[in-house]
Amino acid sequence: MKRLHRSITFSITLKSLLAGLVLSLFSSISAQEPVRIAFIDPLSGTFASIGTSGLKQLQYAADELFNSKGGILGGRMIEIVPLDNKQSPTDTQIQFRRAVSEGLRIIFQGNSSAVANTLNSTISRHNRRNPGQEILQINYSAVDPILTNEQCSFWHFRFDAHAVMKLNVLTDYIAMNPEIKKVYIIGQDYSFGQVVSDTSIELLREKRPDIEIVGNEFHPIGQVKDFTPYVTKIVSSDADAVITGNFGADMVSLARSIIDSGLDIPIYTFYAAYDGITATLGADGIDKIYLVHNDAGNPLPSEERLAYTKNFKRLNPNNDMTQFRITNALQMLVQAMEASQSTDPFDIALALEDMRFTNMSGEELWMRGEDHQIIQPLHISVHTDQNIVVDADNSGFGLYRDFSVLGDETVVDHSCRMRRPRR
Amino acid sequence: MLEVFVFSTLNGLVTGLLLFMLASGLTLIFSMMGVLNFAHASFYMLGAYFAYSISLKLGFWAGLLIAPLLVGAFGALVERYALRRVHAHGHVAELVFTFGLAFLVEEAVQFFWGADTKNYQSPDLLNFPLFTLFGQEFSAYRGFMITISVGIFLALYYMLTRSRIGIIIQAAITHPHTVANLGHNVPLIFMAVFGVGTALAGVAGVIAGPVLTTFPGMAVVLGSIVFVIVVIGGLGSLGGAFVASLMIGLLQSYAIASNLGMPDLLNWLGLEFSRDHPLNDLWTLTLPQIAPVLPFLLLVLVLIFRPTGLAGKREE
Repeated sequence: MKRLHRSITFSITLKSLLAGLVLSLFSSISAQEPVRIAFIDPLSGTFASIGTSGLKQLQYAADELFNSKGGILGGRMIEIVPLDNKQSPTDTQIQFRRAVSEGLRIIFQGNSSAVANTLNSTISRHNRRNPGQEILQINYSAVDPILTNEQCSFWHFRFDAHAVMKLNVLTDYIAMNPEIKKVYIIGQDYSFGQVVSDTSIELLREKRPDIEIVGNEFHPIGQVKDFTPYVTKIVSSDADAVITGNFGADMVSLARSIIDSGLDIPIYTFYAAYDGITATLGADGIDKIYLVHNDAGNPLPSEERLAYTKNFKRLNPNNDMTQFRITNALQMLVQAMEASQSTDPFDIALALEDMRFTNMSGEELWMRGEDHQIIQPLHISVHTDQNIVVDADNSGFGLYRDFSVLGDETVVDHSCRMRRPRR
Repeated sequence: MLEVFVFSTLNGLVTGLLLFMLASGLTLIFSMMGVLNFAHASFYMLGAYFAYSISLKLGFWAGLLIAPLLVGAFGALVERYALRRVHAHGHVAELVFTFGLAFLVEEAVQFFWGADTKNYQSPDLLNFPLFTLFGQEFSAYRGFMITISVGIFLALYYMLTRSRIGIIIQAAITHPHTVANLGHNVPLIFMAVFGVGTALAGVAGVIAGPVLTTFPGMAVVLGSIVFVIVVIGGLGSLGGAFVASLMIGLLQSYAIASNLGMPDLLNWLGLEFSRDHPLNDLWTLTLPQIAPVLPFLLLVLVLIFRPTGLAGKREE
């Protein structure tokens, strides 16, 4: 960038003279050219906090694990290029074009399944039309099952368990609790909310036929001012537990309303932590809020992991390591690059398929080759302030691991019939 | 069934009265300046954030007193130094200005406070159940919300209809030139009304923040519904806004509580559709699912059948 600016101020003759010099220099340092990775997620607007937090974690992983240790592939640095999509599919298309025109070949994206779906189909089309110029999609968070089932693609890899896998574990956990006889399901009225509702009902019927579904409610996403009327229904339904896939403000408001009504029942969630949620729930949420996720949480499983997280906290005092899977994804990506000695998406994709990897927490990860879905241990944690070493939102509260399953037990069948590119 | 009805009514009252605090300021400002203030809900959000910051240092009650004053002062400044200048260029310019201001405030809030949810809590003093009915608690804080809202309605109504200031304001709304000729400072009155209107929105933000959560999207969620109320109630009518607020609060609350839907209607009509019917989504629609949309449906109906709103007088 600096070089470019300076060259503009130079005179034309000087510039042409220099051009030859730069070019000859360039060929000699080409081995040191950075590996550039695009990060397309919301960095402004309503969902900015989650996107920015993800960016910091990716940047930290790149710097801490690779750049500070001399880079990858024999000395090349990793450069993260942030591109703001405001969590809108339209802006995603624009940023995708920009990434392509800047020669970026690997895209990290996580927030919103709607965006991930758009990106997935855009990339498939682009790759079909531009052989040799393919783009790789690293999905670290979008959990719509469709991405590794009906809509699966050779160019898409998912590093989080999808919604059905998570619900499988969650319903196992609920089924273990004999006191739960009546379950109330409430969620946002869109694809993910519907998947949570349908799958929960189906799995609970299978695992605990005696459990009665006493409510199955949908509300418009981000439109509800006050959840108290919904809670009134939950109370009168006599439910013993609530399942919800809500996130963001819809999650906080719902949990707060349930707690404020004096209802003392567990709430099983996907996203009820971090980004202000943990702090807002505070003491009222203790032993009531449960979360299914891929992170081990407290107690931290290894010294290495603890040091890694603490160092992140030191550098970013106002952020938490909310999505450890970003680190997993980057490490596996780099391992694939090293194995294939290439930064070409086709070579990386082949190396990633069926890769087995032991992460910093000591967990076994497997990237299933048939559908490009990660298989990893899943955990259910509870919101508490007891034995919390690494808290959330600097609140003293955090997630404590209560139940874990190994990767093998989280496997669910897929319906992916992948179109593999020929080379 | 009775318990659901009782609690739905209470929930509806709380929401309705909260909406009224916003709508009252908006409708006053409209009747005065002839322009809908799109940034009105932003002042509500500012109230919540100011009070949150103050409550960290001085506690909730200080926030309740100081935050609305700050918001009101900010509102008055906006009127004096921005809106009044824009006013010279007509209503469209004013409309666009307030529209832009709403975006500006939202971005500013994210800039200063961050995008995540703020841990703004109700005071410990009110952290007890006021009463328990059918096993469900009604928190003292919600009782407090009702009291404050009703108190403000009564005070406002008294001030506008019985006091000298109120008479001058009412006169300034309909006959600004005459009032000016009588020696009153009409621009000052406008500024004061704008300040008080935004301060009311600030109060609403202060007391709603702990219950409805304080986050940068809180203005957007409430903004559109407040316009609906003002239009249904009749632009410029305080009484109309009051009735419309309660109506919408209760309507939403009852709609969520009910379990009725298209399947019941079809049953009653004796019709049946298979699950793969192309309009299956329509035939399975339930009232709770569309509850948050109902106010907008009501708005359309009111505009068709009674364009002036319930108590509106504007015909010109």
